[in-house]
Amino acid sequence: MPETRFLDRALRHPSFVCGGVLVVLLVAAAALSLAWSPHPPAEIDVQQRFAPPSASHWLGTDSLGRDIASQLLVGAQNSIVAGVIAVSIGAALGVALGCLASARRGWVEEVAMRASDFTFAFPALLSAIMLTAIYGPGLLTSIVAIGIFNIPVFARITRASANAVWAREYVLAARAAGKGAWRITFDHVLPNVASVLIVQSTIQFAIAILAEAALSYLGLGTQPPQPSWGRMLNEAQMQMFQAPQLAIYPGVAIALAVLGLNLMGDGLRDLLDPKLARKR
Amino acid sequence: MLLEVKDLRVTLHTARGQAEALRGISFSLDRGETAGLIGESGCGKSLTALALMGLLPEGARIAGSIRFDGQELVELPEDAWCRLRGARIGMVFQEPMSALNPLHSIGRQIAEPLRLHRGLTAREARAEVLRLLDRVRLPDGARRLNAFPHQLSGGQRQRVVIAIALACGPSLLVADEPTTALDVTLQREILDLIAGLVERERMALLLISHDLGVVAQRVARMLVMYGGTLVESGPSTEVFSRLSHPYTRGLYAARPVLGMPRGTRLATIPGRVPELVDLPEGCPFGERCTFVIDACRRAPPPACAVGPGHEARCIRLDTVARVPL
Repeated sequence: MPETRFLDRALRHPSFVCGGVLVVLLVAAAALSLAWSPHPPAEIDVQQRFAPPSASHWLGTDSLGRDIASQLLVGAQNSIVAGVIAVSIGAALGVALGCLASARRGWVEEVAMRASDFTFAFPALLSAIMLTAIYGPGLLTSIVAIGIFNIPVFARITRASANAVWAREYVLAARAAGKGAWRITFDHVLPNVASVLIVQSTIQFAIAILAEAALSYLGLGTQPPQPSWGRMLNEAQMQMFQAPQLAIYPGVAIALAVLGLNLMGDGLRDLLDPKLARKR
Repeated sequence: MLLEVKDLRVTLHTARGQAEALRGISFSLDRGETAGLIGESGCGKSLTALALMGLLPEGARIAGSIRFDGQELVELPEDAWCRLRGARIGMVFQEPMSALNPLHSIGRQIAEPLRLHRGLTAREARAEVLRLLDRVRLPDGARRLNAFPHQLSGGQRQRVVIAIALACGPSLLVADEPTTALDVTLQREILDLIAGLVERERMALLLISHDLGVVAQRVARMLVMYGGTLVESGPSTEVFSRLSHPYTRGLYAARPVLGMPRGTRLATIPGRVPELVDLPEGCPFGERCTFVIDACRRAPPPACAVGPGHEARCIRLDTVARVPL
């Protein structure tokens, strides 16, 4: 059975396992924080400012006496929401655009690809700043901005892989059987480019987490009192010389989340590629 | 007449410029008639098949006329093509492994045209698929419905491809080198299968091959193609009794014969197939022909009658005929 063999191979793939563990931890932290956290993350306790790690405050407290462990746990939610929505927006529109370009070719392809080049030309942060200037700062605005940046990434990779599928003989055979471009796209093209898209999604997910943190750091993303890793970094910056550990915790959290997703993406790429799979 | 191709011309866009890949092909096929299209790779055989299916590559320009059952197919809009392909014209491909999607079960792939063109439900389609598998003589059809292409042998796969082509009962079957990817013992079986099905269902068959021997015994008419033109055409028996065009004669001389003494060298045609971009102005075969004279190089030779329904495009037929094969 291919399913069990896939799982067997996956569990023996070192970078997939490491990445998977980190991603599971991230999701578990976010899930746990929905139900429970050691303290309410926004609870201010001025008497406990800059408390060292203790039984009550596992990782200590920040300049306002807020519990760092709780903030990190709840902050994971933001990162996941940012990743899921940004990747969904980018994948939904980008894959549609890429498939359209590949199925229609000619001027449709030119227009779609030049449009995505145009979007690509704006760095994600710049377009996010533009959007927040128009709609005001907030988690949703920043996520949408990151999602828009994802569209051309997905459009390009979809078009390139889809073009390769369109050149296959079984697509010619499907056309000879009377299938139209839409049916071929759904029946033949999408299943064959799915693995590439899955791998790209994990990488874009990591980039989205990073971008959300960066936007929150700049004050354009998550707004207080909602905790966010990026804003924790921003606030920690003020006390850099009094309490450097405040910057280290969210920094490590971001690094581990991104590292985990990238390792998992790498692993998936190896596992989903039949050519590499046979070699192992 | 079921299929009437008149002065079909196809121009391809290549890196080296415009290539006239088909230069005025004309032939016709009636229901129940079989024709073989023979030629070397690059002569335009497969392109003719693709033109008949409306599947010419991006940027190809087509001129002339293809009438199928009274309907003009040149310049037919894509949605009309989609209703025609697979329903009334079926195609069998050269390489069955690459003509099947590795991700779908064969049952699903055979059912697709049925559901697409005849609107069958999943259950009706399944029953029809089993009947088709039986007709292409794939044993144990019910058990193989869920098999994937890689689980079948080459011959079995080609049977599946044939079943897909036949699913909706087309009136024209185009088979593009259906046995090239199979080993010799299977070739015969598959060709017999195709010939039998075509005869029983009174389909028209266009069998494309580079192998004179493969085609000769199975089709009623022969179309010999070189450099994008039909250089010789006629009833198979007639063509074989009087091989007329120097190219056809060269092909015939080059075929291996069982029982040749060991060490015999196969005859070859000197030179190589000219590139379509720079075909000579006159006879396309001129550069490789031993009978060539100056007049051959000046203008493309007209079709000259050789016998009943038998024509060859050569201006030196009389001289050629005097030389024994």
